[in-house]
Amino acid sequence: MDKKTSKQIPIGGIIDKPKTSLLNKTGDWKKMRPVIDESKCIHCAKCVLSCPENCIAIKKDGKRGDVNLDFCKGCGICAKECPVGAITMVEDK
Amino acid sequence: MITPKELAKKIQKQEAFASGGRWCAGCAFPMIVRTILAAAGENVVVSNATGCLEVTSTIYPYTSWGVPWIHNTFENAAATLSGAEAAYDFIQKQDEKNLPKFGKELKNKKVKFVAFGGDGGTYDIGLQSLSGALERGDDFVYVCYDNGAYMNTGNQRSSASPLGSSTTTAPAGKEHLGKEELRKDLLKIALAHNIPYVAQGAVHDLIDLYNKAEKAFSKKGPAVIDVLSPCVNWKIAPGTTMEISRIAANTCFWPLYEVDEGKYKITYKPSKKLKVEEFLKPQGRFKHLFKNAKGKKIIEKTQKEVDRRWEELQELEIFTNRK
Repeated sequence: MDKKTSKQIPIGGIIDKPKTSLLNKTGDWKKMRPVIDESKCIHCAKCVLSCPENCIAIKKDGKRGDVNLDFCKGCGICAKECPVGAITMVEDK
Repeated sequence: MITPKELAKKIQKQEAFASGGRWCAGCAFPMIVRTILAAAGENVVVSNATGCLEVTSTIYPYTSWGVPWIHNTFENAAATLSGAEAAYDFIQKQDEKNLPKFGKELKNKKVKFVAFGGDGGTYDIGLQSLSGALERGDDFVYVCYDNGAYMNTGNQRSSASPLGSSTTTAPAGKEHLGKEELRKDLLKIALAHNIPYVAQGAVHDLIDLYNKAEKAFSKKGPAVIDVLSPCVNWKIAPGTTMEISRIAANTCFWPLYEVDEGKYKITYKPSKKLKVEEFLKPQGRFKHLFKNAKGKKIIEKTQKEVDRRWEELQELEIFTNRK
């Protein structure tokens, strides 16, 4: 985010734009990253719901989309919650 | 009944709570917040007490919120929302031609109000203003994400901390084995105000939580939802958030139930009730209990209390649903 002068800061110092945290990529926190075995995935959307970072997308047809690793903190909930064991956590290098 | 796919799509479409916040890896409240806001619909005003959720989601000049959001101190999330709701109510009663432009826009909108607070801001510091708002009958939903201590400042004891849990202000040592008191029953306090809806949910069952939130929003009057939100300060591995929540429900340490217009309904009955040890054992904050006989007594006391509350709940369900 650009630096603002005192005159550009809104009254009360409020944040005047929504969802600016999207500029803050938390993906560099992770030590492990999820890898999805596409052949095993049953598209149940459990991983989508249980991701704290909301980084697993769901497509319009109800199928699971890609993982946005920009925000993934590598907590591994998705791998634990997957009912068919399609997600494994591997070391992120 | 909503399916997980529909809920996921709804959350994605709404984009009410964005990624990029600085909550710990494996934190439970982002899922809770997204599910509750999905149930609230498009027009929602959020009030937030100080706590983990507020601190991590709005690190200046960033914010994760995509909905109107007010932060206030620990003690008055409910009071702040009460004021916002009263202002909305006032606009609804006015003649349209007397209103300024924003008022005209607001008059034709159905707005929902929801407050989020942690257990410190709800059970302890914010109880007084919550009680006031419940008594006045303001139309809002209060959601407490309960992680059983002041986790934002580093695990200080709150009145929601379970018996025997080691916290920095009630640490486990030679003389004392963590907190010596039982946890407070918030929902009983909320129920004492004769409000239309209270419920207890947990993060592992988001569909159940969504249904409860939807019911809460549909009521005219206040509703309180208490949601178990496992925390890494419980000294658990980050990936086990959902698992530990599931065990809490299966041991009946955290029963899932709702009280709709005075009628109790247990929404999840475990097919086999597990012993409370299964819930305590994986957590580092209880590890001292497994070392000596004194600790064993505390586990027994916990089990006794869990059993008592579970039996009481089942009896209340039968009693309040009789003809």
